[in-house]
Amino acid sequence: MTDARDEDPVERHVVDGNALAGELQMIFGADMTNVPGQCVHCGTVSAVAQLRAYVQAPGKVLRCPSCGGVVIRVVETPDATYVDVRGAAYLRIERR
Amino acid sequence: MAGGIAWQIATVTAITDETPTVRSFTLTVPDWPGHRAGQHIDLRLTAEDGYSVQRSYSIASAAAAGTIDITVERIDDGEVSPFLHDVVVVGDRLELRGPIGGYFVWEPALDGPLFLVAGGSGVVPLMAMVRERERARVETRTRLLFSSRHYEEIIYREELDRLAASNRGFEVIHALTRSRPDGWMGYDRRIDDRIIGEVLEPLGSRARVYICGPTALVETAANAMLRLGLPPDRVRTERFGPTGT
Repeated sequence: MTDARDEDPVERHVVDGNALAGELQMIFGADMTNVPGQCVHCGTVSAVAQLRAYVQAPGKVLRCPSCGGVVIRVVETPDATYVDVRGAAYLRIERR
Repeated sequence: MAGGIAWQIATVTAITDETPTVRSFTLTVPDWPGHRAGQHIDLRLTAEDGYSVQRSYSIASAAAAGTIDITVERIDDGEVSPFLHDVVVVGDRLELRGPIGGYFVWEPALDGPLFLVAGGSGVVPLMAMVRERERARVETRTRLLFSSRHYEEIIYREELDRLAASNRGFEVIHALTRSRPDGWMGYDRRIDDRIIGEVLEPLGSRARVYICGPTALVETAANAMLRLGLPPDRVRTERFGPTGT
């Protein structure tokens, strides 16, 4: 009675963008989980919370839930944080 | 909502056993800005040699509680949860930042009946919603579908029973996937499309849905909701992996 994903060594560790909320709020200065972004690979618009999060690695990778393309990568080094958002055509951050 | 979030020192002010492997910790920080039901905190532990690990924990307490309750399952080969369970005592200080998150949140002013779906410790952020609903004394019809492995592992069981018995529009429906006590009246299998359909039915298509648990459960439940005709923007999900604790 186990789902195939429970057994897959990579897929069983997949969470979602909620798991990177703290890091992203530190970087962007605002909550990002509710922010819609468009995947540059397939055009799907998802909230950051809905992106698939691969966090069991030196860097953290957020992928499109529709096509699996990489949307955002975050890598922390001892003295800096690298943020790669090449996979997002845009992120729509509301002014408040 | 406030932009930056800084690390701050919290004091452990209470520890409560929920099940044989799950324990709640009440944390107090001097200037907690308050949180919304469904948000989480990040906790950071730093060893004397500077090695540091960080974990996210959903907040279980109602928004206006003023303190932060987190509920932690002990994972035997985990790095953080055995420390929290076996070493931390009342009065200890821990480093946290938060509140964090704005997607998986519920507020009493939101319309529509509530359908909450939890797997194991995925119940924690949903418990904040249930407690907030109770605190705000709103009578929004709410059903919690809660999957656990064994009866003894049902987190918050007595409090959920008490809230359901008070008959203010809150119901809890359990599924037990591994073992069941004699005479068990709840579901006896993993959450599937048919269970989702049956529990959703009385709430109708205006239900607002929050699903939290392991990825497989979240996807099963979310896909079933969409097939049953709920609009995607009313279905919110949060997945946690085995490393979440």
